[in-house]
Amino acid sequence: MSEVMNITVTVNGTQYRRTVEPRLLLSDFLRHDLGLTGTHVGCEHGVCGACTVLLDDVPVRSCLVFAVQANNHTVTTVEALGTPDNLHPIQEAFRESHAVQCGFCTPGILMSLVPFLQENPDPTEQQIREAISGNLCRCTGYQHIVDAVKLAAEKMKASEGVKP
Amino acid sequence: MKPAPFKYYAPSTVDEALARLAEHGWDAKVLAGGQSLIPMMNFRLAQPSVLVDLNGVSELFYIRPGKDSGLSIGAMARQRQVELDPLVAQRAPMLHEALPKVAHPQIRSRGTLGGSIAHADPSAELVALSVAQDGRFRLRSKQRGERWVAAADFFLGLFTTVLEPDELLMEIVLPPMPPRSGWSFMEVARRHHDFALVGVAAIATLDQAHDPATAKCEQARLVYFSVGDGPVEALQAEAVLKGQEPTPEAILEAAETAGNLDVDPNSDINASAEYRRHLVKVLGRRALTEAFARARVGK
Repeated sequence: MSEVMNITVTVNGTQYRRTVEPRLLLSDFLRHDLGLTGTHVGCEHGVCGACTVLLDDVPVRSCLVFAVQANNHTVTTVEALGTPDNLHPIQEAFRESHAVQCGFCTPGILMSLVPFLQENPDPTEQQIREAISGNLCRCTGYQHIVDAVKLAAEKMKASEGVKP
Repeated sequence: MKPAPFKYYAPSTVDEALARLAEHGWDAKVLAGGQSLIPMMNFRLAQPSVLVDLNGVSELFYIRPGKDSGLSIGAMARQRQVELDPLVAQRAPMLHEALPKVAHPQIRSRGTLGGSIAHADPSAELVALSVAQDGRFRLRSKQRGERWVAAADFFLGLFTTVLEPDELLMEIVLPPMPPRSGWSFMEVARRHHDFALVGVAAIATLDQAHDPATAKCEQARLVYFSVGDGPVEALQAEAVLKGQEPTPEAILEAAETAGNLDVDPNSDINASAEYRRHLVKVLGRRALTEAFARARVGK
């Protein structure tokens, strides 16, 4: 094992101190060290988008960031969105529009959409397709996901400014 | 699919970063946005033993007005940051329009201008754009201080630049385009934001002696990406247009020349060499047409 470093990362509002190797990817840190397995790991080279999380409120591929780079930064994962009893409007919209089939890509898509809908509360279909172009889904053919985003935008406008 | 072990430094100043690079030389790699380097490390195609992470070097993240209405951009300015910056939209409209074509939004929120240029991927939009727009780069090392290198001299080939192992790309300067110039930036990719099969940055400049409608081409710049080991400037195509009236026939001849003589593309899993050659012609014609149209209306 190579040399290790102590890091402090705030994930979903909780501060975690851990000792990690510099080569540990943020995605593996979240899943293995913190047990937050909502973040999925697909391709590990930045193509599939399943591991998308927010780093200081900006969507990034957590497989393309080292955990040590998140030292003293803030990470938001899909676990922060909602609970089974109290879903985030985006999650509700996904459920209602049947935008989830196997669900593997869903966490990454949700985390790409949270900042997108904050910046674009009234998106066009073109903008939606552009926003999820970095997230591969092999089940749905995307149509129901696009429908869900439109529905989510309506829900979020109705409930004004819901944040994770 | 996990990186090999490495020693990690997170300097907070350029001087500190340069000292680390001077100390470790070829063993060290600079970590900018990491959106190309980390995938290569995940695949173990790259196994640097030392990483010098610039993400904490706040002095490299700026976007500033440059001399003569140009633009100076710190090497660590994030692609997304540059894309959304109103000064960039105003002073470097081609860069503003090209950035959304660079990878997916989640990659651009991390990826940097300097990282993309120093990585010198032959399919990188920013590499071709910097050549077409006569960009200049400021490099610095601890031992030898600073030097300026023109984009045309910076890229040596596949993932290779003039950067020495102890040297850092500090700043990218984009001069304004000449008066009465128009531009166009186009690419063809399998899906939005994927690596381009072929792309082109074009700048057309009309002479100022004539009325815009009858002006002749003073200079045309046509720089392709994804068709060779680095950015490929279609010099013979440019020569076809120089001094000529940019009629549809002349533009077509230039685009055909680009495809037939200036490029020598490879076949790969995504596209055959012939298909790439075809795209060089089609994109060349479209891009020149748009660039000259913009030059005429003074955009």
